[in-house]
Amino acid sequence: MFVSTGKEILEILKNENITLAEYAIREEMNRSGFTREKVIDKMRANLNVMRKYSTNSQEKEIETAGNLIKGDAKRLKEYSRSGKALTGEFMVDAMSRAMSCSETNSAMGRIVACPTAGSCGILPAVVLSVGEKLNKTEDEMIQALFVAGGIGILIAKNATLAGAEGGCQAECGAGSAMAAAAAVDMLGGTAEQEMDAAAIVIKNILGLVCDSVAGIVEVPCAKRNIAGTVSAIATADMVMSGITSKIPLDEMIVAMYKVGKQLPPELRETSLGGIAVTPTALKLKEQIEKMNKMD
Amino acid sequence: MRDYSVFDIIGPIMIGPSSSHTAGAARLAKIARTVAGGKIIKVDFILHGSFAETYKGHGTDKALVAGILGMDPWDEDLRNSFELAAKEGIEYNFIATDLGDVHPNTVRFVMTKADGNVAVVMGSSIGGGNIIVFDIDGQEVEFTGERPTLLTKHKDIPGVLSQIANILYDENINIANMRVYRNEKGKEATMAIETDSIIPEKLLEKVRSIKEIHCVNVVNPIIEGAI
Repeated sequence: MFVSTGKEILEILKNENITLAEYAIREEMNRSGFTREKVIDKMRANLNVMRKYSTNSQEKEIETAGNLIKGDAKRLKEYSRSGKALTGEFMVDAMSRAMSCSETNSAMGRIVACPTAGSCGILPAVVLSVGEKLNKTEDEMIQALFVAGGIGILIAKNATLAGAEGGCQAECGAGSAMAAAAAVDMLGGTAEQEMDAAAIVIKNILGLVCDSVAGIVEVPCAKRNIAGTVSAIATADMVMSGITSKIPLDEMIVAMYKVGKQLPPELRETSLGGIAVTPTALKLKEQIEKMNKMD
Repeated sequence: MRDYSVFDIIGPIMIGPSSSHTAGAARLAKIARTVAGGKIIKVDFILHGSFAETYKGHGTDKALVAGILGMDPWDEDLRNSFELAAKEGIEYNFIATDLGDVHPNTVRFVMTKADGNVAVVMGSSIGGGNIIVFDIDGQEVEFTGERPTLLTKHKDIPGVLSQIANILYDENINIANMRVYRNEKGKEATMAIETDSIIPEKLLEKVRSIKEIHCVNVVNPIIEGAI
């Protein structure tokens, strides 16, 4: 069984001289009884779906449930090519991919929950953008996804991945922590550095609430997928420079869980607080409800 | 502490925007269709709680109709389910109501079949695309559809269960879990048997030939693969 703490994982990796990805693959084989090939192919299927939806609306606008984010991936893609972007073409293209994922999700397209549908843009945007920039093979990107999955299991076991329980930190926060670890993996970092990157991301989104406008997965969810993507990539760089997390991942996950528990229900996927109850949000909600009634 | 698969974290592959309100709804409806058996011509979706409040924004309505049409939760045609249902001549209504002390994402499916019979199934989408069915035609049952499930309605007398168990044994199918429900001793009982391997169609014929069996059905799990 997959152990419950990062500390235990690091001991196993040291004793058996294996990587975090290898540990996640072995545990999946033990758990499912599937061959290595089948486990890896299952992740390959996920990566193939990710490729599609992360580029789906980069070049063309698609209709989304509330049409509040329609065309944003295309806007970012065009801007990424303009040569004006402060963070450069690479970062803005990654942002565009995250937005394409969120748009496709809202438009009832096919996605991979990673960890959830609402946060399905961060991991694909990071793994594919970083993987392509570093000329990684498909198999190397699959290894990075197993690293991300391993971090996600630790969060699921010791905290939660549900916005209704832990707020947005549990969804986009967890997705971003997983993606940061995947990026470090592709940059050649160690398992310690992968866990440090996840810990640092969690520090920076601690307390993030879930407060979607009109109860649909567009505002602010899509932009939080972008923010999670940027945070994951920047944190991977931070860690590769030699910076460490002063608080270990295991303790950050517990802190995140406790903070989630302390959030009132209004800020946990009920659309009864935060952004959801601003005057403009309430107006948008009315508009969307009217639009749905006319269908 | 629960044991997680890496594919619980990265996965499932599904149609957005919500694992509970879209993927789970489609899965639940597909299972309801299987339980009903036969051609469905009309469905009333009685929606409770969060499903009643937010079914349009999350595409729950389209997902439910898609499931009744037999679509999987990752089928990209899911968003066109209303048009496809119209083509097949299936009538449907969404009715928001309060079903009492049940999970917030609960649906009561009232399905009218071509032969005039009506099947009623109640179940909930409990998160992450997982579901639970807890009522069939007014009889309490409980199964999740994660394992192959054999459902029977039979006369509540000694010996019926052992005959069914023997048929499974002959096919080398291991029983993982077995529950019998009844409202009254000696009348009709409902049974749900969860197994470790897929239940083949020919086995159903054998079960059907047991004199005391009124009705038998199998729900095989909805597993990603054909993508």
